[in-house]
Amino acid sequence: MSLPLYDPSNDPGPSFVGLLRRAGLEMAVPTENVSDRLPVTHGTTVLAIRSNSGVVMAGDRRATSGNLISHRHIEKVFPADRHSGIAIAGAAGPAVEMVKLFQLQLEHYEKVEGNALSLEGKANQLGQMIRNHLGMAMQGLAVVPLFAGYDHRREQGRLFQYDITGGRYEEHNHASTGSGSLHAGQVLKLGWTPDMTAEAAIDLAMSALEQAADSDSATGGPDLVRRIFPIVATIDADGFTALEDDDVEDRFQAILQERTEQTQ
Amino acid sequence: MTTPFYVAPEQLMKDRADYARKGIARGRSLVALSYDNGILIVAENRSNTLRKVSEIYDRIAFGGVGKYNEFDQLRIAGVRHADLKGYAYSREDVDAQSLANQYAQILGQTFTHEMKPMEVEILVAEIGEGPEHDQMFHIRYDGTVDDETAHVVLGGEAEAISERVAAAYEPGLSLEAALNAAVNALAGPEGTLRAPDLEVAVLARGNGRRSFSRIEGDELAALLG
Repeated sequence: MSLPLYDPSNDPGPSFVGLLRRAGLEMAVPTENVSDRLPVTHGTTVLAIRSNSGVVMAGDRRATSGNLISHRHIEKVFPADRHSGIAIAGAAGPAVEMVKLFQLQLEHYEKVEGNALSLEGKANQLGQMIRNHLGMAMQGLAVVPLFAGYDHRREQGRLFQYDITGGRYEEHNHASTGSGSLHAGQVLKLGWTPDMTAEAAIDLAMSALEQAADSDSATGGPDLVRRIFPIVATIDADGFTALEDDDVEDRFQAILQERTEQTQ
Repeated sequence: MTTPFYVAPEQLMKDRADYARKGIARGRSLVALSYDNGILIVAENRSNTLRKVSEIYDRIAFGGVGKYNEFDQLRIAGVRHADLKGYAYSREDVDAQSLANQYAQILGQTFTHEMKPMEVEILVAEIGEGPEHDQMFHIRYDGTVDDETAHVVLGGEAEAISERVAAAYEPGLSLEAALNAAVNALAGPEGTLRAPDLEVAVLARGNGRRSFSRIEGDELAALLG
């Protein structure tokens, strides 16, 4: 791999995607609908909630291909950088690739420019990446992520939802996407309160995922046999922190206990 | 068209080397040395924005002295090289040696084929699992590469500063001791350098994935004592 030096007129600047294009490493867009011919793995339900100290993001662990469960412990919630996170739903392959590119893009910008992008700038970058992905989306490989982070200028958590055209919508309280988002969204809508603590938001995120798994076959609930639990992360002024599995397990046990008492 | 005068290749190379050395000597120097928890890089730099030391990758840092626009162009190319390589292969496949070789190629090529050589010296530093695996590559304006494990000095007065660093250096220095050794070596017996005159950064083990961080402001003043 030779040293990438460019003329000033052809310089990709701080854009990693622009650099990939010049290096000829960009992904090719298929000419036909992929999902008509081959089974495509899909990730399902992810959500984000604003708390008084920042944001809570969570996602189940299931990936499906048609009516089959193809993976039981994929990850859908990732740190984008120190103070923001990205959660994905949609075609799993391109979605994971988009996460990798987005993480690289933010780090690359920070290293080339010497300063990190603003949260607004990061959200717009992701919107552009989804817009560039539209050709793939039209061939059955749609990706619809959630982006959330802590805005140091406003000193609060912010969350952004996208559609497949790259349309960016800032949500003030909570957001969810993926096949179980209808059910999860209802729980969030009923349970969200202004100024809720991160602790309360974590519990709300978990019960929303649990309800989505209960009604949507493509969303995975807590798997007590294999000890696989949803990924839950908090983002605040100190940065992105994923909860430990044991912590998540304890909280789920409590929710399931409560649910058992309700039904008996 | 007039016939150009014949210039002996020895003379041509010597003139170019003198030109590059003069350019580099106009700027201030930079010291890198291994300490107990990684590599410390200290540059004499009064600017807060035009950086001489920067992050390239998870365990790799860059240092440049001489003409700012020339080494900054190389720095950005290095970031691009590392990020592309990490994307195409994996993060652990990105290493300082291949980057140092790339820089050497470019500097050597420019030195022999272009109108003027680059007036820069480059440092590529990488921390390993332990101090014995730390690497520092020093690349000169003509593409010459040296590799060091303990300490290296870039810039015009490199020889004098190098002697002072070597006298103060011993393996396993603490961060504070290493910093003071580097600063005293840069300042020389008569001079003093204070926090605003310095740009300091470390590649530290146990700092998470991205081991590069800057030491600035109160933290730097406290370490300088």
